[in-house]
Amino acid sequence: MTCLAALALSAAASPLYAATHEVAAGDGAQTRLQEALILAEPGDEIVLGAGRFALDDGLSLDVDRVTVRGSGMDTTVLDFTAQKGAGEGLLVTSDGVTLRDFAIENPKGDGIKSKGADDIVYHRVRVTWTGGPLSTNGAYGIYPVECTNVLIDGVQVSGASDAGIYVGQSRRITVRNSLAEANVAGIEIENSRDALVEANLVTRNTGGILVFDLPSLPVMGGGNVLVRDNLVVDNDTPNFAPPGNIVAGVRRGTGVMVMANDAVTVEHNTITGNPTSGIMVVAYPLAFEDARYNPYPRKVAIGPNRASGNGTQPQIGGGEQLVAMFGGALPAVMWDGLGEGAITVDPALAGWTLALTKQGQGPDDARPAPARFAAYADAVDRATAGAPAELDARLK
Amino acid sequence: MIRSAILGLALAAAAAAMATARDTPAPSDAVIQGDSMPRTLSAFGFFADAAEQLPSERVMPYRLNTPLYSDGADKLRFAYVPFGQQAKARGEGLLDLPVGSALIKTFAFTENGERRLIETRVLLHRADGWIALPYLWNAEQTEATLAIAGARVPVVTPAGESIEYRVPNKNQCKECHGLEGKVVPIGPKARNLSRGWLDDFASAGLIDKAPEVAALVPLWEERAKAPVDAVARGYLDVNCAHCHRPGATASNSGLDLRWEQTDPKALGIMKRPVAAGRGAGDLLFGVVPGHPEQSILTYRMGSLEGGVAMPELGKSTIDKEGLGAVERWIRGL
Repeated sequence: MTCLAALALSAAASPLYAATHEVAAGDGAQTRLQEALILAEPGDEIVLGAGRFALDDGLSLDVDRVTVRGSGMDTTVLDFTAQKGAGEGLLVTSDGVTLRDFAIENPKGDGIKSKGADDIVYHRVRVTWTGGPLSTNGAYGIYPVECTNVLIDGVQVSGASDAGIYVGQSRRITVRNSLAEANVAGIEIENSRDALVEANLVTRNTGGILVFDLPSLPVMGGGNVLVRDNLVVDNDTPNFAPPGNIVAGVRRGTGVMVMANDAVTVEHNTITGNPTSGIMVVAYPLAFEDARYNPYPRKVAIGPNRASGNGTQPQIGGGEQLVAMFGGALPAVMWDGLGEGAITVDPALAGWTLALTKQGQGPDDARPAPARFAAYADAVDRATAGAPAELDARLK
Repeated sequence: MIRSAILGLALAAAAAAMATARDTPAPSDAVIQGDSMPRTLSAFGFFADAAEQLPSERVMPYRLNTPLYSDGADKLRFAYVPFGQQAKARGEGLLDLPVGSALIKTFAFTENGERRLIETRVLLHRADGWIALPYLWNAEQTEATLAIAGARVPVVTPAGESIEYRVPNKNQCKECHGLEGKVVPIGPKARNLSRGWLDDFASAGLIDKAPEVAALVPLWEERAKAPVDAVARGYLDVNCAHCHRPGATASNSGLDLRWEQTDPKALGIMKRPVAAGRGAGDLLFGVVPGHPEQSILTYRMGSLEGGVAMPELGKSTIDKEGLGAVERWIRGL
């Protein structure tokens, strides 16, 4: 009813105080919630009641500085099981938005997409495909793209048929204290700069944490990414991505994978039980025509990490012989051999190389051998990696 | 399509006749340019007879050479430029409509031989930019009411399919009409309007001059006679390029389907998907020359499944004719 009252008033009026709009679950939730999202004024808060909101279409928010707050990510559930249209559950296209304390279940496409939405906070939000890992699930759980200043804290995503937490073509990003489970990729930082990925639990995905740069995109030149203090454990789910996706090529049991990026530091993570490889540093393997694109990894620094029990069942040609050759498990760090100054490694970590000689070669050209790397040299500008501290204030 | 063209002509004649009548109602510039969101469509005064879709004075019907597909809905389009103002020609692209202008589009389906108006969308050019509002028609067909959260309406399409037609919400308007963070018109590009209409618009003094256009988008109902690539590229420009272009909703895909784009990669030719997710199906490239069945573009056009279907909005049925046009183009590449 407050919505209808607001309608009758001037659409451009600026309120003196930020208002709170409460939306309860129940009949007409789709219309009532979407109206609240449209009629909110900058600074307002939309409070979602406890319960299950049955939704049959995508929701969208296009008003700056709005907070959408539920009563908890186990108690306020936006249920998209019956969704008929739209490419995501919730789409955010405005700046300064805070999303917190609610869940999204079974969206047909992506869970929450924020495009061109600067200064966005995702806090204690859950996105779940409840049927487990299925190729018919939507692609991305939490999906900021073309955003500057992104804080993702305490979220949970499972079942994404591409990446659970996928940050694309963005900058100044923090992903922390989050759980990514049973997705194809747990956390993926793609074509993005100045990112901090810390203190997450990434488990039962096909691949754990991926840092990629891809060609032919509006925003390229990914780099300055710090991956630290994460638990990257037992990522052993068979790849269930539709074959056309870039992550469809990720091998089951990849812990941390860095591809074609500039200045990435991986340190103080616990990386265990990933059957193909603990840490993998590779060039982009496919043909490309984009003159702006550098397909090689540069300045990837693998610092001290607790890595064990990885590389026991690698999905690599001749895997069994390789495992036997290395005495039961592959060394923690795998490099494809491409790129000058590609990689430095803490001396305590063992490594091996495919010894490829040029970009685009496949596994048939590999000449696997133990590798000795240059000693670890930190590659990241820590002052600029991660979201600006101001965003933390919105976690309170 | 031919029927709607004839209808458009009839409306043009009616509008011209009425423009000379003294008691013809005129749109309310105060409402169009104000800062309210009127609850009813009638508040704007765009129509002398709304149920009949007979426009008021200075409200000019128009049609597009190739229209956007909306589940086969008939679409009645009108442009309004306020008295004392004039649009400006801006090359082959969108007409530059002054503040105070409005674009009005009514969606209708014919059921049991009778036309049923479903919704009327208005785009208003206000001092601080364009605003898009959706109005939903009542069962009596006497009034349309603001439906900012959108709606679903059961209809039977001309192809005989029973669907829940989707009226977009106010934000969804922006998903197609958004460019660089602002709302903009997308339909009335000079290249997609007939030369005759542009000349009429100019002689009525509503635009400074008829824009020069090197290559018009082909008339959709004459697509069998037009070059295959012009038909398909026109279709993609009209149906896809408002999102798939720099600065718009799907800019992050790197796909740019505008009529004027010439880079094969930007058009999707041998371009890998970025964030298509399961929308890519089992396919590797946007467009594989010679092979529509291997192309993500046609795969997504041919799907109705959320997360796969393209376009994401405004589609409950597959546009078989449009899909056929794009398949022919890909086959010939």
